[in-house]
Amino acid sequence: MAQATLQIVKISGHAGPVAGAGVERSEQLCKLIDTTTCIGCKACEVACLEWNGYTFTETSFDNSYQTMPSTAWNYWNLIKFNEHEREDGTLQLLMRKDQCMHCSDPGCLMACPADGAIVQYSNGIVDFQQQNCIGCGYCVSGCPFDIPKFNSETKKMFKCTLCSDRVGQGLEPACIKSCPTGCLHFGTKEDMSFLAESRAKQLRDHFGFEKAGVYDPAGVGGTGVIYVLHDVTNPEAYGGLPKDPHIPWVVRFWKGPAKWIGNLAMLFGVIGVTLHYFRYGPKEIHPPRNGNGGKP
Amino acid sequence: MELSRRTFIKGAIAGGAGFSLLGFDLTPAVAQMRELKIARATETRSTCPYCAVSCGVLIYTIGDKAKNVTPQVVHVEGDPDHPINRGTLCPKGASLEQDIMNPRRLLKPEVRRPGSDHFEEISWNQAIDEIGQWIKKTRDETFIEKDAQGRTVNRCESLAFIGGCTDTNEFNYLVVKTMRSMGLTYIENQARV
Repeated sequence: MAQATLQIVKISGHAGPVAGAGVERSEQLCKLIDTTTCIGCKACEVACLEWNGYTFTETSFDNSYQTMPSTAWNYWNLIKFNEHEREDGTLQLLMRKDQCMHCSDPGCLMACPADGAIVQYSNGIVDFQQQNCIGCGYCVSGCPFDIPKFNSETKKMFKCTLCSDRVGQGLEPACIKSCPTGCLHFGTKEDMSFLAESRAKQLRDHFGFEKAGVYDPAGVGGTGVIYVLHDVTNPEAYGGLPKDPHIPWVVRFWKGPAKWIGNLAMLFGVIGVTLHYFRYGPKEIHPPRNGNGGKP
Repeated sequence: MELSRRTFIKGAIAGGAGFSLLGFDLTPAVAQMRELKIARATETRSTCPYCAVSCGVLIYTIGDKAKNVTPQVVHVEGDPDHPINRGTLCPKGASLEQDIMNPRRLLKPEVRRPGSDHFEEISWNQAIDEIGQWIKKTRDETFIEKDAQGRTVNRCESLAFIGGCTDTNEFNYLVVKTMRSMGLTYIENQARV
């Protein structure tokens, strides 16, 4: 049976260089979600469940068409329904497919302390390797989109894999394939960006959405999932899509400068102890003065 | 130089620790993906049974149709070569695997009697007999031989027939023959496939 393998370019919690980085030429892959043509049919949700083989979870009704309040460890793909009031007071139902954004600079990977629990492949997919996951949940603090979800039974984190098993075999992700309105597209980042920009231009020029644009936040180095939004200046209206997502500075500091500060502190500690040893010699234990074992 | 067993082991451990400190790394450069669950499964083209759009689907079954294999469905997805849906499916069609594999699907005819608050299971023979009796009764009671102007019409307006999207031409031919012979005028066989 054909084994699917993908080249790794980034590994979480990993000391030293990554053996696969920069070795192979590979196109960045990208999902394009055109929220202006989404009808909220949830075919992508069902296709995701069917492909990944998760059983259906019981849902609750909260006065919305949304399946559940947020994605779950076994529900990676959720259409978020939002009633948005336009400036003229009329209502607009905004639908956005919520899933892992597969950032080029993934916060989850940066925050993860377990070696090899989160990897980024050369095609841009950020994937969790559950066999290395220690279930600490640090990836949640690193993710600006609130995507990694915890399975309390197996104590592992889960999220959308961008169907890395399908993509590794040259297929498109399950959600992309199912979309009946053609709102979801899949291809290289270059092609998807072009498609997204031309669609946004079409929306601006012919459909009266002056603020239409492409959501591809630079704060996380660009994403492997890009959106075409009616109003790119207000992404929060689409179920809390952050306007300027970035990895929290605490995570950046902890995984960046703090490491070097710690290393330097350790190094100077060792040097200090050595110098002290050479200057003052070893600490001498004085023999007891009264000759009865140090006791008075 | 004399090399004792103890010294050799010590040296090996020290060397290993030294190499790992200096950044020699044995982690793989590639990651094994989850196995593609349909990689060598048998692919069968079919038609979604739900609505009149009749999207093409691919049904993936385990095994390669070898003699000793009992195939079972592992996955259903859209048929990219089908001119109607070109690989896409609606949420209902995307869940087609559950139509076959779900333990909660209906396997026997069930009937809810007048005034009853629950469905009871009946056999196929009983179901067909009962349907036949009801059709006979309704047709006998409401059959119209002549209309208001006295013209012979021979129709039965109180019954209707609804077909399904996966019904074949041959089946629909038989449906029309049978239903017209009983005088039915309201026949819908979803024949847009």
